[in-house]
Amino acid sequence: MARAVTPRRKALNTVVAWVIGLIIFFPIMWIFILSFKTEGSAILPPLDVLRSSWTFENYGVVQDRSDYFKYFGNSVVLAFGSTLLGLIIAVPAAWAMAFVPSRRTKDILMWMLSTKMLPAVGVLYPIYLLFIKLGILDSRIGLTIVLMLINLPIIIWMLYTYFREIPGEILEAARMDGANLREEVLYVLTPMAIPGIASTVLLNVILAWNEAFWTLNLTAANAAPLTAFIASYSSPEGLFYAKLSAASVMAIAPILIMGWFSQKQLVRGLTFGAVK
Amino acid sequence: MGQIELKQVSKSFGNVEVIPPLDLIIEDGEFVVFVGPSGCGKSTLLRLIAGLEDVTGGHVLIDGKEATLTVPAKRGLAMVFQSYALYPHMSVRKNIAFPLRMAGLDKADQNERVTQAAEVLNLTDYLDRKPGQLSGGQRQRVAIGRAIVREPAAFLFDEPLSNLDAALRVGMRLEISELHKRLKTTMVYVTHDQVEAMTMADKIVVLQAGVIEQVGSPLELYQRPRNTFVAGFIGSPQMNLIDGPEAEKLGAHTIGIRPEHLEISQTEGAWKGKVGVSEHLGSDTFFHVQSSASPEPITVRATGERAFHYGAEVWLSPRPEHLHRFDSKGLRIE
Amino acid sequence: MATQHSRSAARLMIAPAVTLLLGWMLIPLSMTLFFSFKKYLPMRGDSLENGLDWVGFENYARFVTSSSFWPAVQATLIIVGGVLVVTVILGVILALLLDQEMWGQGIVRILVIAPFFVMPTVSALLWKNMFMDPINGFFAHILKAVGLQPIAFLSQHSLGALVTIVSWQWLPFATLILLTATQSLDREQLEAAEMDGARWQSRFIYIMLPHLARAITVVILIQTIFLLGIFAEILVTTQGSFGTKTLTYLIFQRVLESQNVGLGSAGGVYAIILANIVAIFLMRIVGKNLDA
Repeated sequence: MARAVTPRRKALNTVVAWVIGLIIFFPIMWIFILSFKTEGSAILPPLDVLRSSWTFENYGVVQDRSDYFKYFGNSVVLAFGSTLLGLIIAVPAAWAMAFVPSRRTKDILMWMLSTKMLPAVGVLYPIYLLFIKLGILDSRIGLTIVLMLINLPIIIWMLYTYFREIPGEILEAARMDGANLREEVLYVLTPMAIPGIASTVLLNVILAWNEAFWTLNLTAANAAPLTAFIASYSSPEGLFYAKLSAASVMAIAPILIMGWFSQKQLVRGLTFGAVK
Repeated sequence: MGQIELKQVSKSFGNVEVIPPLDLIIEDGEFVVFVGPSGCGKSTLLRLIAGLEDVTGGHVLIDGKEATLTVPAKRGLAMVFQSYALYPHMSVRKNIAFPLRMAGLDKADQNERVTQAAEVLNLTDYLDRKPGQLSGGQRQRVAIGRAIVREPAAFLFDEPLSNLDAALRVGMRLEISELHKRLKTTMVYVTHDQVEAMTMADKIVVLQAGVIEQVGSPLELYQRPRNTFVAGFIGSPQMNLIDGPEAEKLGAHTIGIRPEHLEISQTEGAWKGKVGVSEHLGSDTFFHVQSSASPEPITVRATGERAFHYGAEVWLSPRPEHLHRFDSKGLRIE
Repeated sequence: MATQHSRSAARLMIAPAVTLLLGWMLIPLSMTLFFSFKKYLPMRGDSLENGLDWVGFENYARFVTSSSFWPAVQATLIIVGGVLVVTVILGVILALLLDQEMWGQGIVRILVIAPFFVMPTVSALLWKNMFMDPINGFFAHILKAVGLQPIAFLSQHSLGALVTIVSWQWLPFATLILLTATQSLDREQLEAAEMDGARWQSRFIYIMLPHLARAITVVILIQTIFLLGIFAEILVTTQGSFGTKTLTYLIFQRVLESQNVGLGSAGGVYAIILANIVAIFLMRIVGKNLDA
């Protein structure tokens, strides 16, 4: 900004923004607090909750009772697996569209986007049926493929926008300098594209990690990731706030941290470049 | 060696023919400038020579050898791009060494040649910086450095100075000319700036809409433009082109007279007029005079600090030996 | 521009992605279309192997005439509309606020966008239990503390409760996009308006809002597409009871719970058509930007 703001104005901005920020963040902070309380004290009025003693036992209980790490493992495999698989298919496609554009490139990109807008519920039964016929219902491989396919348009789109920012003249310079296609990709393109690829991976891991339509409908015991694990708490018995909180914290913590690093990419990835 | 020959080379994008079949010979050691307005096909022509674009028809010969289908890297040419196209993730040293690394030279040789090039280009202190930390002129020199270490048969320059500010541009222009005098390597240089063309070239190729309008030395083009396009394009300020009765008197459709070849007087002359805006450059003064000869104002160049106030009545007289005559097709009448 | 060689290589590189997406789109889509014209009740012995009876448009007619249809349309409209109104209005306010100078701006940003990264099942459950539960929930404790009767939000104000939960999840998205758009506004424009004598209200209405219009449209379109498909939030909170059965949830129940595939598929075709109408507008904006 071109002009300095008065200290009073700045202080006011700060107070208002922090209050709103903390209110929005409060639910997450609250389950974080509850996860370190006993079940008995987790249901007390808020002030009593804060005064009650702290404990780490919920995290152990969640693991013992419901095998948290199995679900966590599934989430990791699905999120990273689908993203990496998507990258393998998307990198060449995005590279080609960005550096060798043809008249149809734009149409292809738009068409790819349109597949992302297909409502999942509209094709639920066919996918369900195909999964049964292929014997991949409740399997990690089946779900990995579905998650890869639903995020493929976003991966291609993001990579395309990043690649397009790499000036074509640089690749031509490499070609003039005697680099063959392999060397061009290895020494020039890849180092320049790595930040973009990393952002793409980050955002798509987050999206796949939190995906909760296909993961709930196509898994049971074997391939269920954390989304399904948490959903099993929707009709529990007895007191469960502290355990649910601990389980939730474990389910969202890794992705929350990744998410904080990917704010910028979020805008680019989810608006398909429509907002700059 | 670095002789380049284009034989009936043409280029189309889809159905659009941007360069109709064209012949051109660039001799070894020559400094050739392709000049023309934007969109005239000069950059495309350079890229055809480089091999970055496929020719639609015809042949490209380098040192007499067929090179039409040779990939860019194997043509033995080096190119300096408009955007410099430096590799942003590599240091200056690595940027300059890249072509040598691709050619498989050993480390010691690479270092020696990079050090030499850096000395020539005054880059020794910057070798370990990244391109992002350099000024425009320094980046330009790195791009040139990357080209000269390869000891290419010819250098190709694609509007290399257009991203520099005016002062730097003059300096780099001299440096490139100096480099050419020292290396004596063929250089092909693309620009839209006729001043660059005039000051640097051994041979200028004027292009318009993919067609070569004239090929010749700067002075030939200045003294004997083949048509009205070249006449108007070469020279600054532009040649005054006058149609109508004044031209017909001399048996032409159009006559041309350069601003420096007009006499301006308060008392007598061929055409009567009124002085409009005067531009004082110190060494020269340009007067824009509205006269009876043409509806357009005529530009006159006078040396020194001659002054006429706005609206002053003056007389203009062209020096007959410098009058150019053109026919109705715009072609020069000898 | 490129050479012939690189063109054919490019085609080869795009082929796998195109083939996969084409299959992913066409195969299930044509199956849904096929089922929607058939009587298909797997629980009663209908199967693809024995052949399915052709029933024409009966499923389409039954889907829209069933007693659950209009309430589902209503619930969908209220949830989508409600969330859009809340997130866009709060999003604009938050974006303008976060654009101001302050201490700890980066941290506030992080706090504000955090909910977006919480998986839907977690956010639905944490609101349902820890906040909206009429006995032990945070709000119940607060209401009791000030002497009011606790409210069973999810049964008494089910749609309002869902709008709150989903808005909390999507407010970060709206804020982040609107903030990006706000920051791209040319400061000189605002200063010019100030010189022209515009007070901040006028600057907001005549300069900021028109500048944000495009971003707001994008937020509305993208959120609409995602909000039409809301599923987990309903599954783990009300399971479609208390008037929260949206079109998506209704189709899910028809297909997987009551296993009336023909009827559900007809509903699916409606959903696809609906989503496409929104998508066309979104694509137009994205497409324009691609040219620029």
